[in-house]
Amino acid sequence: MILKTRLYGKTYAFSSVKQVLAKASELKSGDCLAGLAAESKLERIAAKVVLSELTVKDLRENPAVPYEKDSITRLIQDDLDDVAYQKVQNWSMSKLREWILASTTTGEMISNIGQGLTSEVISGVSKLMGNLDLIYAGKKMKITAYCNTTIGEEGILACRLQPNHPTDDIKGVIASTLEGLSYGAGDAVIGLNPAIDTVDSTIAVWNILADLKNKYEIPTQTCVLSHVTTQMEALRRGASADLCFQSIAGSQKACEAFGVTLPMLEEARAMFLELGTAKGPNVMYFETGQASELSSGAHYDTDQVTMECRCYGMARHYKPFLVNTVVGFMGPEYIYDSKQLTRAGLEDVFNGHLHGLPMGCDICYTNHMPTDQNDAETLAILLANAGCHYIMGLPQGDDVMLMYQSTGYHDCAALREITGKRPIKEFEQWLNRWGFWENGHMGKHAGDPTILLK
Amino acid sequence: MCDEIKDITEIQIQDMIDLEGIDEPLLLKKAKQATPARIGIGHTGARYKTTAMLRFLADQAAASDAVFTEVSQEVVEQLGVFEIKTKCNNKNEMLIRPDWGRIIEEDQQKILLEKCRMNPQVQIYFGDGLCSPSIAANIPDLFPVIKKGLEYEGVTVGTPFFVRYCRVNTARTIAPLLGAEVACVLIGERPGLITAKSMSAYIAYQPHPRIRVHGSIEYQ
Repeated sequence: MILKTRLYGKTYAFSSVKQVLAKASELKSGDCLAGLAAESKLERIAAKVVLSELTVKDLRENPAVPYEKDSITRLIQDDLDDVAYQKVQNWSMSKLREWILASTTTGEMISNIGQGLTSEVISGVSKLMGNLDLIYAGKKMKITAYCNTTIGEEGILACRLQPNHPTDDIKGVIASTLEGLSYGAGDAVIGLNPAIDTVDSTIAVWNILADLKNKYEIPTQTCVLSHVTTQMEALRRGASADLCFQSIAGSQKACEAFGVTLPMLEEARAMFLELGTAKGPNVMYFETGQASELSSGAHYDTDQVTMECRCYGMARHYKPFLVNTVVGFMGPEYIYDSKQLTRAGLEDVFNGHLHGLPMGCDICYTNHMPTDQNDAETLAILLANAGCHYIMGLPQGDDVMLMYQSTGYHDCAALREITGKRPIKEFEQWLNRWGFWENGHMGKHAGDPTILLK
Repeated sequence: MCDEIKDITEIQIQDMIDLEGIDEPLLLKKAKQATPARIGIGHTGARYKTTAMLRFLADQAAASDAVFTEVSQEVVEQLGVFEIKTKCNNKNEMLIRPDWGRIIEEDQQKILLEKCRMNPQVQIYFGDGLCSPSIAANIPDLFPVIKKGLEYEGVTVGTPFFVRYCRVNTARTIAPLLGAEVACVLIGERPGLITAKSMSAYIAYQPHPRIRVHGSIEYQ
């Protein structure tokens, strides 16, 4: 294993695989804050050169957090498909990159090998890819999962309807939900981030979403994004619940900061399979976002792309229906501007797909980033072409509870029209029935939720 | 030309409604009253109507400006307080180095020691945080009331001051330095589109250099 190279006569030496990964990363303010980023552009490229010559095996055998110390490392290593790994363990990272991009390599072939790649390997290969590489390779991979409907089919761009309200007011939640449905949002999930994380409130919102789903016979799934333990208690007390949500992070210590352990997720999944209203078998919904590990001081001197990948390595164990990266929520100290946001969105969706996950993206930004809605719209059209399974749908992209901006109901409709993609099939038929969608574009009643209220 | 100048931000979001093509306008009006979310705003094709688009842009610009503009000298003077700063030298440093926004360097500590009453029971100070307009919008009404209330109860209140480029956890340095039992920072909160003037109070009992921040109390 060689951790040195020369560029223009200057020698660049790195102390560990982890340092090579960090310095090879595209510039992120979070890696700078952590003191891990390359000190010059040339040093970054030197790290990429070194990385390109490491083998898959080198990266597997140097996990970000030691096997003995971290339950997530153990989960990722123990879950690995050994047959797939054997095929590629001696490949250089350069060879892996070129194989993924080759015209003769199909999405199915990539997905099979992906099961033999640890999160550090996947992080590494993404650092050898330009933005267009990530889109080009990402588009090939088709990952499907089934809850009440199927996500990830060819030619589909789905949407999570996010009807948040500052006080979880039931009438307000219903108003935003019906409005979103009338624009074609809600086929991935109708999922509310509650302002009040209590069992009673979770049950109340969940039952309202279930009532709407049943009353209008909407082919979709529902979720209330409270803490996993709150959801489990709500389910025990008879809530009508489809998907089990949790935010996750890439080390055991960072997960503990979220109040999450692996046995807890195992128990939650078993409970939702048994007591939940979903048909399954994919009943989990995870959210991630670069640098949540750094923010809880649990990143082990590892760059934020690699730690984010470890979330995906962990997520795939639980066969989720949805995973999305909330890419611009953490703030400018982690992802600074539009350039970093764009890069992070493309990396996360590609890396999630290569792990075999049905990936979506909350294409978002906070008001203390030097970004605006145009930046979100640009990333949205890139991701719609990169095989991203779903995006968020909010009333004009404005979250009145979480105080950040994402993509709007209109945006998903526009992206579908531009790219020729469609809602999930059963949901599209439902939209057609109400006149919300027809012949691949918005229908005559699009944007009129009162049609549902008559 | 009309003499009256229009202000598109005067309309409440709940009253901003587009009824073109709506089957039951009354039902939509009722739905609008249930949420501050931007529903019922119409569409042209799959895009926003111009009015709705401009209103969103105005609200986002206000939020963004609130973060990136400075609290002016005039505002600090009007509050009648003196000013110190954290290790950050500008807004941009404050955004990418939250750790520096918690550091009060020695020269600034000296100013505090020179100008402040020592060993108060409660030390209140103001920070720009992530929302500069929150200072002028809230402090003139808020601080005198808190001070009066505390003094009425016989609690001693320290000399107030303004901290530029201030993050929440500055109390860990300021309170031990001034010998304060309780520290309270009134600080600009990250703005959303609903309000660009919001402020929080973070209160710590016997803060020490290793204290961490857990929750917040919202005040607008």
